[in-house]
Amino acid sequence: MKTESNIEKILASGQLVVTSECGPPRGAVPEKVKEKAEMLRGYVDGINVTDNQTAMVRMSSLAACIIIKQMGLDPILQMVTRDRNRLAMQSDIIGAYAHGINTMLCLSGDHPHFGDHPMAANVYDLDSIQFIQMVKKMRDEGKFQGGEDIDTPPKMFIGAAANPFADPFELRVARLAKKIKAGVDFIQTQCVYNLDKFETWMKGVCDRGLHEKVAILPGITPMKTAGMARYMKNKVPGMDVPDELVKRMAGVPKEKQAEEGIKISIEAIERLKEVEGVRGFHIMAIEWEQKVPEIVEKAGLLPRPQF
Amino acid sequence: MITAERKPMEEILEFVRPYSRILLVGCNECVTVCAAGGRKEVGILSAGLQMALMKEGKTLDVKEVTLERQCDPEYVEELVTYIDQADIILSMACGCGVQEIARRYKEKPVYPALNTKFMGASERQGIWAERCQGCGDCLLGITGGICPIARCSKRIMNGPCGGSTQGKCEISSDVDCVWQLIWDRLKALGMENRYEDIMAAKDWRSSRDGGPRKIIREDLAE
Amino acid sequence: MGDFEPVIVAFCCHYCAYTAADMAGSMRLNYPSNVNIVRVPCSGKIDVKHILRALQNGADGVYVAGCLEGDCHFKNGNVKAARRVAYAKKLLDEIGIGGDRVEMVTMSAGMGERFARTATDITEKIRALGPNPVKNALAKKRQS
Repeated sequence: MKTESNIEKILASGQLVVTSECGPPRGAVPEKVKEKAEMLRGYVDGINVTDNQTAMVRMSSLAACIIIKQMGLDPILQMVTRDRNRLAMQSDIIGAYAHGINTMLCLSGDHPHFGDHPMAANVYDLDSIQFIQMVKKMRDEGKFQGGEDIDTPPKMFIGAAANPFADPFELRVARLAKKIKAGVDFIQTQCVYNLDKFETWMKGVCDRGLHEKVAILPGITPMKTAGMARYMKNKVPGMDVPDELVKRMAGVPKEKQAEEGIKISIEAIERLKEVEGVRGFHIMAIEWEQKVPEIVEKAGLLPRPQF
Repeated sequence: MITAERKPMEEILEFVRPYSRILLVGCNECVTVCAAGGRKEVGILSAGLQMALMKEGKTLDVKEVTLERQCDPEYVEELVTYIDQADIILSMACGCGVQEIARRYKEKPVYPALNTKFMGASERQGIWAERCQGCGDCLLGITGGICPIARCSKRIMNGPCGGSTQGKCEISSDVDCVWQLIWDRLKALGMENRYEDIMAAKDWRSSRDGGPRKIIREDLAE
Repeated sequence: MGDFEPVIVAFCCHYCAYTAADMAGSMRLNYPSNVNIVRVPCSGKIDVKHILRALQNGADGVYVAGCLEGDCHFKNGNVKAARRVAYAKKLLDEIGIGGDRVEMVTMSAGMGERFARTATDITEKIRALGPNPVKNALAKKRQS
């Protein structure tokens, strides 16, 4: 084992991993973090804590991770290269590890253009692939990116994102291969709605044997309304929502749409369980965390393994 | 070239209002090519400023001079003939020209009439786009002659990120995804195999991050 | 304000508007003597600077008269002229002189009538706008 990560242990045992996500509050409200995390207790193996997601200022991922860790749960520290240079990132990684946080997700992050501080300087000292390399070097070589030794290196289980639906499609497997080469251990994907396209991508991944080198957790996001389905289809870059799904959501009465959205997610999980290379699921119920237990349960993913 | 755009008239007028004699200095190089600060633009700005102040009941004497290059001391020296008749200098060069004037004529205030934008190329008549950030360690040789540092919104060196959509960047459909361009070019050159080489974290010391930069050519320096 | 006679400068393309002015003359059509015609080889020869200089020197209104769309003797000089007029309008708005003192018009060589009507319309429009605000300062300057 490379780390003490709960995710790593479950993957090593051959069982499916379930992760979810918790967006920290836009203010100093630790109760909010606790409330969201508590809902997930017993239903997931790790809780991603987003880092200024969509470039909006929120409580720091590290601080919220510490709160969650102190609750006896397993936070996954998300970190973007948009806001910090390599000094700041490394010091936060050490800090996180000092608090017992052993799993992280390395991202480049949304451009500030999308957030509430579009006037901010964007840092991007590293990109996500160079970020993975840095965390791996810290863990495996015990060295800082700059080359000097670390006294007690942080042993992080390294995650990253992949979007099988972004363009150009032909590069999507190749870019994953680059992340693997850089040292990533697990991948959480963009929300999967177009299952056919996801399977095509997974086949490309398996054909190159990449699924043996990295654990892939497809992203599952339940849709609340037909409006949300349309919005995701038309407005969110890099999102692929097939027409028939939008139609299906619109085809049920408004008060039943949320239920239909959950049903769609469960069906997707059932189908993706059978896909070669799928090692678990990343269930992102955006501002709808209370639905995660239901999805996990109905998708037959309970009980969660204990180590 | 270095590209620039004229500042809003009101901002320039704020600089000029307290004075009655200005030396308006254009530059024959980059800012002429990008139609921001050449002889023609000097004439337009001069007429505009004079009219604006005439409307306010004031008069403004404007001496228009367009130098061969404002970023070279030998040309900036030419202003010595006019400097005594001016209260201030208004420069229509890039920031380099403005600073060269400030360095040479210490007793006169100098104001910029332009906002210096970027190092770019002309895409077509009237349209200029950013091409280079002067990072000091050119990687165009491995990216098919297309720069991700200058042209990726997140300066991602191992792209494209998950926001690339139909050849466009997630920040705007007016911005090309540079990694799509790089990939298309590598394919056209039969160099697809290069794509999976990881570009390592950049040493930004060669860029602005290492502090203000200077080039010293000992064979030329006097 | 009643006795205000505006000074108008009309930059007229040799191949159309200038000939149209001739035509208006031979047709004995009246048009205001306020309009001062400057013959140019093509409306595309006119730059923002020429428009501004005319106003700076006391013109109350300026217009550029080029060929009908698609008929420019030099392919697209009239299109370029229209863009420059638009730029000048914007700048004049910015400095408070007012972009509506400047216009772009098009006509063919045979349109004597349109020439006369345009000259009249623009003169009246500028008359309504009143004198160019720089005129006072200009008069003062000329006195001194």
